[in-house]
Amino acid sequence: MKASLSLRAGLLSVLLLILLVGIWHLSTATSPVSGRPAVSGAVDAEYAALMGNGPAAATDKKVDGFPTPLQFLHVAADKLADPFYDHGPNDKGVGIQLAHSLGRVALGYLIALAVAVPLGFVIGMSPLMYRALDPFIQVLKPISPLAWMPIALYTIKDSSVSGIFVIFICSIWPMLINTAFGVAGVRKDWLNVARTLEVSPLRKAFQVILPAAAPTIITGMRISMGIAWLVIVAAEMLIGGTGIGYFVWNEWNNLSLANVIFAVLLIGLVGMFLDLMFAQLQKKVTYAE
Amino acid sequence: MRNKENGNPKVGAAGKAASAFVKVEGLGKRYRADQPPVFDNVSFGIDKGEFICIIGHSGCGKSTILNVLAGLEEASSGCVIMDNREVSGPSLDRGVVFQSHALLPWLTVEENIAFAVRSRHTDWSRQRIAAHAARFIEMVGLAHAAKKKPSELSGGMKQRVGIARAFSVEPKMLLMDEPFGALDALTRGVIQDELLRICTETHQTVFMITHDVDEAILLADRIFLMSNGPQARIAEIVVNTMPRDRVRETIHHDPQFYRIRNHLVDFLVRRSKSIQQAGSPVAELATTRIVRPGLEETPLSDGLCEATTNSRFTAVA
Repeated sequence: MKASLSLRAGLLSVLLLILLVGIWHLSTATSPVSGRPAVSGAVDAEYAALMGNGPAAATDKKVDGFPTPLQFLHVAADKLADPFYDHGPNDKGVGIQLAHSLGRVALGYLIALAVAVPLGFVIGMSPLMYRALDPFIQVLKPISPLAWMPIALYTIKDSSVSGIFVIFICSIWPMLINTAFGVAGVRKDWLNVARTLEVSPLRKAFQVILPAAAPTIITGMRISMGIAWLVIVAAEMLIGGTGIGYFVWNEWNNLSLANVIFAVLLIGLVGMFLDLMFAQLQKKVTYAE
Repeated sequence: MRNKENGNPKVGAAGKAASAFVKVEGLGKRYRADQPPVFDNVSFGIDKGEFICIIGHSGCGKSTILNVLAGLEEASSGCVIMDNREVSGPSLDRGVVFQSHALLPWLTVEENIAFAVRSRHTDWSRQRIAAHAARFIEMVGLAHAAKKKPSELSGGMKQRVGIARAFSVEPKMLLMDEPFGALDALTRGVIQDELLRICTETHQTVFMITHDVDEAILLADRIFLMSNGPQARIAEIVVNTMPRDRVRETIHHDPQFYRIRNHLVDFLVRRSKSIQQAGSPVAELATTRIVRPGLEETPLSDGLCEATTNSRFTAVA
């Protein structure tokens, strides 16, 4: 029954996909050629070709306006065939752009992790620190990460590092709050066990509190990663140069919507994989009581 | 106590406070300054190898007393001395079996025990710790479940692991807070037998909270009866005069069993309340009566019990 459920769900998904692509196809099928009054005569055909509306243009790889699904597939195949080429600052493969974005996210995220988890531990274990730091957290948390951009650009004076800083500042809060919450919520019984066994503070932190709070911490890490991946695209649109966000903006300036759609899909897929990674991690540390 | 002759009235608890293994003196706990203390002036002694059960209604501070003994909580007044040293803070010398078993759910049974063993013997090798842990898992009959996580065990099995964990650090005193409270009657009986056997083998000193009168009679050498709170105190100490080799199957054939049982039940349903209602004459607070209802011929169940019990009491200052 369970297998058949997932089978049916999969079938439904495929059906929905076909439906969506079908709608897409139908709404873009009225291509510029067929959509305009039929042209006749050699002069008109020549004129049409000049205007980019000739019969050759429809099949051309360069697509203007919203692409049909088929045109999109051509573009996607082209992009995937050579993802790592580098033809100067304005023409790099999507693989390279993606790697830039992932690198920034990874760096900013790891720094945030290194700060948030130990600090969260301290906040979670000390009511004093919790109360002292709470106002800061409450004020800083709701600030849009992009609002930091001018300050970061001015003080850091490097657009790429500023991007990393923005990722850092946006991914630190969920991790910090969840770690503090998880650490503060460790069952008193378990702490009492550690106390009656005279467990050293370090051992208590790593062998009792950390595993007990791990599911909550990983949840925070997962949320942070999601936010970081959302923010990097926007940040790269601002700072420019490299990255998938920049790629999207660049292709918009080129009016190449097929490339934009391709990049958008890619962003979604990468985000999904990142999330799946954390889901796996979460499964590993989750315990049943 | 265990090796002393049973039923001997001279083996009283009266004078033992001076030489006892654990001495509790004038213990009191007050949570709020504007309210009367939960309990006050609680004093008793426990001998080495003795099994003590403490009975009382909810809210009389039994758990607090146990937590103070464990060092997990601090009393507002009085002190606890174990082995000639004052108890301050938790220690490996006082093992605790928690009512909620409190096993670490991300560790298997053997890892849970090994965690405790490593805390006691920090210098031991991994194999030695594993072997030591295995011995105590065997002791509670859970060798087949050693690799399981607590969530895969039944309530009774979890509590056995909790007991094995407490025993594995070989504490000088074992503290149990209603360890079988959440178990069904059958499982409870099995584990009681196991506990009795292990305690007999290891001569473990035990201080246990229970609500179960039968359990107390089966396990305890002496039963502390607490009056109701606030301002609760240990009103009586019932000496279990039944032979030490009692077992659950035959215990109810002993005429002493019902005398002790009636005495305990009578205390719980009537006198625990009246002692509290009688107020707190300061002179009486320090008084704990020591009784041996098992040796009395008069059945307690008649209406005269109040009068007859009074005549049996020996007041001890």
